[in-house]
Amino acid sequence: MKRIIWMFGFAATVVAALALAQGTVPSLAASPADKPASSAIVKIDNFSFGPATITIPVGSTVTWTNNDDVPHVVTSDDGKMFKSKALDTDDHFSFTFTKPGTYNYYCSIHPKMTAKIVVQ
Amino acid sequence: MADFIKDNVNKDGIDRRGFLQCMAWAGTGVLYSVHGGILKSAPLLQGAMSGMDQAKMKGADFSFIQISDSHIGFSKEANPDVTATLQIAVDRINSSAAAPDFLLHTGDISQLSKPSEFDTAQQVLKGAKAGRIFFVPGEHDVLTDNGQQYLDRFGKETKGNGWYSFDHKGAHFIGLVNVVDLKAGGLGSLGSDQLKWLQDDVKNLKSSTPIIVFAHIPLWAVYPDWGWGTDDSEQALGYLKRFGSVSVLNGHIHQIMQKVEGNVTFHTALSTAFPQPAPGKAPSPGPMKVPADQLRSVLGISHVNYVQGNHSLAIVDSPLA
Repeated sequence: MKRIIWMFGFAATVVAALALAQGTVPSLAASPADKPASSAIVKIDNFSFGPATITIPVGSTVTWTNNDDVPHVVTSDDGKMFKSKALDTDDHFSFTFTKPGTYNYYCSIHPKMTAKIVVQ
Repeated sequence: MADFIKDNVNKDGIDRRGFLQCMAWAGTGVLYSVHGGILKSAPLLQGAMSGMDQAKMKGADFSFIQISDSHIGFSKEANPDVTATLQIAVDRINSSAAAPDFLLHTGDISQLSKPSEFDTAQQVLKGAKAGRIFFVPGEHDVLTDNGQQYLDRFGKETKGNGWYSFDHKGAHFIGLVNVVDLKAGGLGSLGSDQLKWLQDDVKNLKSSTPIIVFAHIPLWAVYPDWGWGTDDSEQALGYLKRFGSVSVLNGHIHQIMQKVEGNVTFHTALSTAFPQPAPGKAPSPGPMKVPADQLRSVLGISHVNYVQGNHSLAIVDSPLA
């Protein structure tokens, strides 16, 4: 019993050390096995998000650009996770996705405009 | 077209066929009148009233003007100077033979809810000789602070997000807000708080009271694919079913459309800023570009005349050209 507790203790220390290394030295954080963080672009044209679905690795940043003559507001479905200001023509909005999942979003002033980001 | 006038109940010589024939040569404006809840139409010639229109307007107890979708701050190709066209609308109001009792602005006062845009709009509208101006917000007016700035400027005595009612010479006016807390995939929305308020607001009114509802997004399904409708409008209209005459005035779609459903008549107004395409006639409902010399013919305001007794509401859509 005593031996098992020691093993856990050792493992926890190693994990903590790794976490610390990741936090303080970002350039060393990604091991070759990790998917590299990247960026993706979503364009807003004719009251629609394109592409309507994009799949990105964890840590990626998505940038929306409004090409319409009317403003749009990029908003996560829950209204909390992310919400841009009103994007006028050619304005951008970026958000970095740090956890895996499927994130549905819409334009909060033209709610028929819906799309999603899949983070893997 | 099945939703439009099918017969000539009031024997005033203007049925659907007549209306369409008139429209073929008039083209730029339409007069609408309501008799006991049935909508009638007649053409309007370049803003000048024809004899037919004047007859419609005679004996009105009061009149008001609906103005909509000023979009102050918009500066794209469809209309690089929306302040100038709003000014023309105000000039048109001021040149009316009889001053209207008040104005209704059905939203999208601004393009981006910027203080400078609201300032400009207020400055221009201040020049209108029309008693006071009643507002409801469009989605462009509530882009910051959850619409607090709109409320501070235009909705001080209102409830919730800006809804309210008032009585004028026997008619009951109801301003509704259907542009906030919109849900993904949905249309315009009134929300449960506002619906409850509406139910209470009308419950003690006599069924003979003429009701005039105004809101930004149409309260009927004009074209849901483009978001031109309101998810819970049926519930709201349900509270108004017992009334003999209900008129619903909306903006948002920058073009004239009308519909009659029982005792309810729906009407949408022109914008003072830029036109939008007919439903489904373009890839999106974005601003429609027209040659500069034609712009004013697709912008306009609506004169509304109310005649007590026969519940008559006559609407003249008047282009700025």
